[in-house]
Amino acid sequence: MANETFEPRIVGFLCNWCSYRAADLAGTARIKYSPNVRIIRVMCSGRVDPSFVLKALSLGADGVMIAGCHPGECHYIEQNYKAMRRYYMLKHMLRALGLEEDRIRLVWASAAEGQQLAEHIDKFVEDVRKLGPLNWPANWQENGERMHAVEAIAKEHEESLEVLP
Amino acid sequence: MAERVGVYVCHCGSNIAGMVDVEQVARWAGANLKDVVVSRDYKFMCSSLGQAMIEEDIKKEGLTRVVVAACSPHLHEKTFRRACENAGLNPYLCQMTNIREHVSWVSKDRDKATEKAKALVAASVERVKRQAPLDPFFVKVNPATLVIGGGIAGLQATLELADAGYPVYLVERTPSIGGHMAQFDKTFPTLDCSACILTPKMSEAGQHPNVKLLTYAEVEEVSGSVGHFRVKIRKKARFVEESKCTGCGICVEKCPRKVIDNDFEAGLGYRKAIYTPFPQAVPRIPVIDVQSCIWFERQKCRACEKLCPTGAINFEQKDEEITLDVGNIIVATGWKMFDCRKIPQYGYGRLANVFTAMEFERMCNAAGPTGGKIVLRDGKTEPQSVAIIHCVGSRDSNHNEYCSGICCMAALKFGHLVLEKTKAEVYSFYIDMRTNQKGYEEFYHRLLEEGMHFVRGKVAEVTDAARRPEEAGKLIIQVEDTLMGKQRRIPVDMVILMGALEPQADAKEFGLKLGISCSMAGWYTERHPKLDPVATMTDGIFVAGVCQGPKDIPASVAQGAAAAARVMAMITKGDVMIEPVVASIFEEKCSGCRICNNLCPYNAIEFDEEKQVSRVITAMCKGCGTCVAACPAGAITGAHFSNEQVFAEIEGILWDAIHGNGGEAAKQGQPVSA
Repeated sequence: MANETFEPRIVGFLCNWCSYRAADLAGTARIKYSPNVRIIRVMCSGRVDPSFVLKALSLGADGVMIAGCHPGECHYIEQNYKAMRRYYMLKHMLRALGLEEDRIRLVWASAAEGQQLAEHIDKFVEDVRKLGPLNWPANWQENGERMHAVEAIAKEHEESLEVLP
Repeated sequence: MAERVGVYVCHCGSNIAGMVDVEQVARWAGANLKDVVVSRDYKFMCSSLGQAMIEEDIKKEGLTRVVVAACSPHLHEKTFRRACENAGLNPYLCQMTNIREHVSWVSKDRDKATEKAKALVAASVERVKRQAPLDPFFVKVNPATLVIGGGIAGLQATLELADAGYPVYLVERTPSIGGHMAQFDKTFPTLDCSACILTPKMSEAGQHPNVKLLTYAEVEEVSGSVGHFRVKIRKKARFVEESKCTGCGICVEKCPRKVIDNDFEAGLGYRKAIYTPFPQAVPRIPVIDVQSCIWFERQKCRACEKLCPTGAINFEQKDEEITLDVGNIIVATGWKMFDCRKIPQYGYGRLANVFTAMEFERMCNAAGPTGGKIVLRDGKTEPQSVAIIHCVGSRDSNHNEYCSGICCMAALKFGHLVLEKTKAEVYSFYIDMRTNQKGYEEFYHRLLEEGMHFVRGKVAEVTDAARRPEEAGKLIIQVEDTLMGKQRRIPVDMVILMGALEPQADAKEFGLKLGISCSMAGWYTERHPKLDPVATMTDGIFVAGVCQGPKDIPASVAQGAAAAARVMAMITKGDVMIEPVVASIFEEKCSGCRICNNLCPYNAIEFDEEKQVSRVITAMCKGCGTCVAACPAGAITGAHFSNEQVFAEIEGILWDAIHGNGGEAAKQGQPVSA
């Protein structure tokens, strides 16, 4: 699927206090990065409802980036930890749906890290480019891998699912 | 009825127009986006002419929603909200699209930048149509203020407020106000005596009619929000009735139990089991230390009780809980010194004549344990040579990455005091000299002239293992002199470790109690590192002094006064506006699962036991939206960031995927939802 000319469409959810400001800083410092990530501002990475991510993927996004304040520096004290938990849950869920879990990424960027955020964005765009188009809206029903993936996850957790006599 | 949306695309001179085809974006939005009735581009939207254009369109074209595609909302959101308000449109029906910081300034390809700008404009248009008018709330401000911490920063804030005529509660954890500054001998760079400038402020605070001192007390719980905090304070039992005690000191004099004073005297001196930390303590009411008192140990003695002329000693006293209502809180909880034992190669705690900066500070103090004489641990020998090691536990990736800021100057001060009081040679081992305030560099030069030796290099080890005859019985500093480019061994009699300033041990925990955040290191986070260094993200809570980051006395005083000024502004205004970006719970949908209750970091969600539903306390909600995302029943709505609004924004931002123009979905002939 990898395609040099493929331009992935990525939705970025950035928290108002750190990462959105990091993106502002990248602009003020004229740091150039891929135009593929389109930014939506939320007050906190903790606001990112998993359904936002699924909605974006289902509407044609090839990847979703979530960015928040560094752990311990959340402006709402600790809500980015909630984002982190949901992120791992989401990855799990994507696998269950037969999608590449690497289509979503969580990054931390403080308001001073415009350069780092730009690097994260470039890296993620390249990684998603390698994964190729998602085409979820078009083909997810036919996705033969889906059941296979669900089975794989069940297998992974076999031990914990086992009922001991 | 369909909304009437106006789209305004700004050129920002050439800042945006140089990389984004703004005319095309405006034309495209007008032609392709549903409900857009006006779409214009303009040189500078934020100019008064640009704003007037929007205002006129709102009135003439009957716009019900406005989208401004320009710079970051952090820069001009207020400007355009105000413009809308002037034209009679609710300010929350205006949405900004960031096509400068997020598009033109970061892109290299004009076509791609233009496409990105279109996607962002489409997102804003879809979103703005679902935005609802919101009205800010106003809350009355209680004129009383709580200041936490009685060090110099807290004292300054207290006095500023009290002098302005407002009531202040000053809570201090130790038995006396004064903080670390009371321990110091001289203050750099002017070398004026610390006590001489501090104690007048302490007694002023002690006697001020507007100040209520609560010493030997801890803040237990903070509830409420800006304008009306409710604070629970535990006043620890002193075992001395404050109302009866005259501070005569007979109890202290007669107490038979003498213990090492690890707090005020930094372990160099002694105090009694009943004590005031230092002679000028405010209030001058002693405290019985339960750990060392003979009565609490084996139910004997009570000498103090027998000898107290006013009968103030009360062994039955219990901790007392006090509830205060205040409008604002100033946090000035200060710092603690790095535990120098954590760097074993410097030998503190193992080699007798290695001292910490605080020990040395007490030693220099004329009222201190040695009466101001600089002597070795034996208490009588004057050192012939003294080494001062900088950056102990700071600028060190093993301990604290930050620079403590004040230690270079304190080290110079120590050097001066040693040279003044003894005939010793003084060596300073530094990484970089940081003397960057008024009069500081001059003080450094003064020490260079006074003959203090400066060795640039981080000390590897302090050892008593002599290799050469002249090292016998000395402490040897093993260091690479980076200016000479060689290893040196310098024998000295005394070593002073300039320990780092560290956040209080319970800083993080206490921050959670207040609902304010800390940096990784544990310093309280200010609202803005440059433009708002005294406020915190929690309205009505301000920070002052070292608890926000290492700083010297003048900076602490300035920040204390600044925090007080901010509080005064709040009190004078009388009420405070609260952004209406808050969560609310639709009670009929709430299942009472209480998942949201524990998620909220501000305890802004209460549970109604009777109705078995959760409820948001609007005044305490900061609008992060975590509960909205977590509610399994979808019963919580976040104003201005509702699911509907964000979903619309996602649909808009992926317009090309949904509606074609090269979109993948369109190619597959499968348009998705709308």
